[in-house]
Amino acid sequence: MSSVRVLVGTRKGAFILTSDGTRQKWEVSGPHFAGWEIYHLKGSPADPDRLYASQTSGWFGQVMQRSNDGGATWAPVDNKFAYEGTPGTHQWYDGTPHPWEFKRVWHLEPSLSDPDTVYAGVEDAALFRTTDGGTSWHELSGLRNHGSGAKWQPGAGGLGLHTILLDPTNAARMYIAISAAGAFRTDDGGTTWTPINRGLKSQYIPDPDAEVGHCVHRIAMHPSRPDTLFMQKHWDVMRTDDAGGQWTEVSGNLPTDFGFPIEVHAHEPETIYVVPITSDSHHFPPEGKLRVYRSRTGGNDWEPLTVGLPQQDCYVNVLRDAMAVDSLDSCGVYFGTTGGQVYASANGGDTWAPIVRDLPAVLSVEVQTLP
Amino acid sequence: MIRVELPQHLQTLARVGREIEVSVVGPVTLGAVLDAVESSYPVLQGTIRDHVSKKRRPFLRFFACQDDLSLERPDLLLPDAVARGTEPFLIVGAIAGG
Repeated sequence: MSSVRVLVGTRKGAFILTSDGTRQKWEVSGPHFAGWEIYHLKGSPADPDRLYASQTSGWFGQVMQRSNDGGATWAPVDNKFAYEGTPGTHQWYDGTPHPWEFKRVWHLEPSLSDPDTVYAGVEDAALFRTTDGGTSWHELSGLRNHGSGAKWQPGAGGLGLHTILLDPTNAARMYIAISAAGAFRTDDGGTTWTPINRGLKSQYIPDPDAEVGHCVHRIAMHPSRPDTLFMQKHWDVMRTDDAGGQWTEVSGNLPTDFGFPIEVHAHEPETIYVVPITSDSHHFPPEGKLRVYRSRTGGNDWEPLTVGLPQQDCYVNVLRDAMAVDSLDSCGVYFGTTGGQVYASANGGDTWAPIVRDLPAVLSVEVQTLP
Repeated sequence: MIRVELPQHLQTLARVGREIEVSVVGPVTLGAVLDAVESSYPVLQGTIRDHVSKKRRPFLRFFACQDDLSLERPDLLLPDAVARGTEPFLIVGAIAGG
């Protein structure tokens, strides 16, 4: 029988939740790396027992961890993320030039085929890669140096590269997104990059239609349709069907189109999920009701999913990397909150239940479906 | 041997107790002791000083013999008591964060 492993990164450590395919009873292990911020941990699709974790601290900087046994044991690997060449500058909040400074790893994306190859999205925004299981990391500097890097400006949470999507049909194609620079695509394995932000409109920047400068919060893709991407932007939910050539808004009837995560159903490429948040000033759900919204039409028509979720006095947030799906026959959907709950639905979002409560604030949720 | 006290999280990371011992060849300077710590415990590289710039992490402080050495240059000679091993060199997590 299949089983599920949920990898949860929090402000004070990592937790691993496991269940059989019924997803009714959960075992919790952790905290791993107690006291440290775990921005993200993720398993290799090629070897599910190979996990990587980003462990950070305002005091002690960045540590990278690797597990070869599904998270039972861990060992530190290389934590040196040095920008290629002379790093130069990006823009600071006030528009003045600011030197690139490595701060932390926001997101890890293991290769689809090689357990030793992992991409790391970091702050200040850059893309790194290891091909030796984390023994060394090297920047794919074509991204920062493609031409607009000097214009990138941090979002309120920092200049972080938070999304990395690998095209399962084309090993040379990858998408990334940066707050608050926008989305970019490479078609040559990361050597050269193109901004893919046409159609995005952001009223808070001097040129609302600018090539870069948009605060993209998250991008999602269904593996069967790698040219179709869904985006939760600072405001607006968007989609593209030509690999980022043109975006169109699909916010439709959402109560608010501000939010952070966006995810696609494992078996239905036009079924997508978001968690509307009141506004950029009020990072909590509208009306104190925690609602996931599901669209079965790829956007525009949305339905609230509320069964099992708190519908009064709820003022948590759901961060950009804190939603994921499993690939069991009845798709499981999972998300974690800044209040420390991880909610799961074993039926595509129809009903929900907390699978763990009272963790530290959840930063990231990833799910592995195990044979 | 030079005695060095580590903050709790670095003890956990290096899988050691509160105090470690390192040897320094040549003058016992602030930078030489930090080099020796990182050489003996590579997992601590980047956690006390930046990998590239070698600057002290802002929320860590260095003390020896009641003196705060956090802002001193790497070539500062540490007190004789530290060089002789009768007093430890302290790496302390700053009290910050609210």
